[in-house]
Amino acid sequence: MNCPKQELVLSLMSGDEAVAMAAIEAGVRLGTGYPGTPSTEILETFEKLGGKAQWAPNEKVALEVGIGVAFAGGRALVTMKHVGLNVAADPLFTVAYTRLDGALVVVSADDPGMASSQNEQDSRRYALAAGVPMFEPSDSQEAYEFTLRAIELSERWQCPVLLRMTTRVCHSKTIVRPGTLTISEPRAPHFEHDFPSRVMIPAYARPAHLRMRKRLAEIAAWNEQEGPNQLIAAGSSLGIVTSGVAFQYVREIAPEASVLKLGLTYPLPIERMRAFAASVDQCLVVEEGDPYLVEAARTAGIEVEGKQEMYRFGELNTARVSRILNDDCSPEAKPVPGKPPALCPGCPHRSVYTVLRDLNCLIPGDIGCYSLGVLPPFQAMDTLVCMGSGIGVGLGMRHTLPPDEAKRVVSVIGDSTFVHSGITGLVEMVYNPPETGHVVLILDNGTTAMTGMQEHPGTGRTLDHAKTGKVIFEDLARALGVPNVHVIDPTQDIEEFKKLIQSCLDKAELSVVIARRNCLLASSAIREYERCNEQPTN
Amino acid sequence: MSSLPTNVVIAGLGGQGVLKASDILADVAFGAGLDVKKSELHGMSQRGGSVSSDVRFGERVFSPMVPEGGADFLVVIAADQIPVNAASLREGGILVEPSQIDESSLQNKKGINVALLGVLSRHLPFSIEAWTGALKRNLPEKLHEANLAAFALGRTQR
Repeated sequence: MNCPKQELVLSLMSGDEAVAMAAIEAGVRLGTGYPGTPSTEILETFEKLGGKAQWAPNEKVALEVGIGVAFAGGRALVTMKHVGLNVAADPLFTVAYTRLDGALVVVSADDPGMASSQNEQDSRRYALAAGVPMFEPSDSQEAYEFTLRAIELSERWQCPVLLRMTTRVCHSKTIVRPGTLTISEPRAPHFEHDFPSRVMIPAYARPAHLRMRKRLAEIAAWNEQEGPNQLIAAGSSLGIVTSGVAFQYVREIAPEASVLKLGLTYPLPIERMRAFAASVDQCLVVEEGDPYLVEAARTAGIEVEGKQEMYRFGELNTARVSRILNDDCSPEAKPVPGKPPALCPGCPHRSVYTVLRDLNCLIPGDIGCYSLGVLPPFQAMDTLVCMGSGIGVGLGMRHTLPPDEAKRVVSVIGDSTFVHSGITGLVEMVYNPPETGHVVLILDNGTTAMTGMQEHPGTGRTLDHAKTGKVIFEDLARALGVPNVHVIDPTQDIEEFKKLIQSCLDKAELSVVIARRNCLLASSAIREYERCNEQPTN
Repeated sequence: MSSLPTNVVIAGLGGQGVLKASDILADVAFGAGLDVKKSELHGMSQRGGSVSSDVRFGERVFSPMVPEGGADFLVVIAADQIPVNAASLREGGILVEPSQIDESSLQNKKGINVALLGVLSRHLPFSIEAWTGALKRNLPEKLHEANLAAFALGRTQR
């Protein structure tokens, strides 16, 4: 029996919205994730369409919750940006050994070109490394269809499945025709004991690894015959193997070429690729990011050409694909620089960075709007590596620098980032305090501002802004045993704020300062949520 | 052989309604039964930086981005963003810019994005009804009147 469908009308939607629509159609029981451009809108849309969606403190927890849903027989959707998959990698690599009863689809949204990310890692490497099948949609229609197919594949082989999106697939709007695929109804949740499949002690994990490889071989065989791959047979002089949004550029630039477009890029349909390469005079692989398909083809002894190394960096587009086809490695014209983003006028972070700059601090920083503190006029951030790194990096610097420099180190971290992975840094600080002490400055603007004002455990509101349990940073810091914990509005009296930071720096002790002032862009919405949540619900 | 798509780039600064304008245009083209793709980069746009959005429509559209130097129309909402985006316009392409609107006639200065869509609309084969419908679908009701007026201003002003 098929699930009831919404009215089947064409609509123009983003890839993110299409994933959410498919998840609704498939009866996904829970969507969870951590906000991250370009993946954020998936869960927001899923919630708007009536799905149960939650923000987790970070991607690792989100994936673990998703695993629990799938062990209990439900369908789970877990969303994150590519760097989030690093955080979730620990559960990912081992859940791949287990046997699910429901479905587990993990969306990793890559950001080639780094429109808003700290690196441009290629998630396809994760599929290969973890042994997790991976779909790669090339537009919103495929984002919709591949989400359904991913759920199907996950249930058929009882394993997690990755859906690799990229910025242009997530955020481009293209036409979606729903109802092209049907999916079975979700089963009723129920938990069956199955110790050898779910408890990955070494004795059980060894056979589980064998089972996983066997499963992947079966999926590869299925992918050869029935996978979501598309052959466009045109001329026999040039054949192009491609995947994801690069397919669109190839079709526009080289309508005369035969194309093998791969939809399930792990495990690959290697024999299909081999036959395709043999059917054309010249076989070229056009892929965005790492030379993943090219390497796999060559390892299998298939003769293919790849793109030139310079096109590994940044996004592809029609102009670059045209250059790849023409073997053109001449320097590319640099785009005219636009106006860079900046901290908003009146942003509370401005006061903070003014003070830190004036105090000549060394500032291991973190990821969020406040990363913009590195730019003029402040230039008040010295390091940025990954979510939560500011605290650990600050401690390492304190342990190493001569005392006069060490005493100037202040770790800066935002509220959502602190919850995501700053808490363990604080534990480290209490456990291994530097001789000069340390100062952690939490910039609490009451929202996950950079990704578009999402809630987090420190706001005390759920994804849909309803009241829930609230993590109070000052209580947490005190409970951990931090001796000096201060809460201050940095915009109220900037001199007062400066004095406080100076006094913390002067002590050879541990301090946490919470600079609390709502984000200017979010403040009226926050007031409205608070007003709604205060009303008696009886 | 299918005909080539029409390429429009809409550009401005974060907060000016670049994405809203491109949503409206894409909706109009979609309503006309055309294949449509629209693309832009989100994320940092709310911090006041440069923003641009590509809309392509026609019988069949592949790439969601307008090829460099391939825009038939470039709509720029902030005059200082013209040099930044000029390279996107093809030779003989049409620039739609704020100087074409008498801002003092706008009920609300924020309506400049929609007023410029009005200017653009003179060059595109979509009916006024199609534009009106798309404007209403993409904007909250309390903003309908002001935006319809802004659109009319752009559509009629020389």
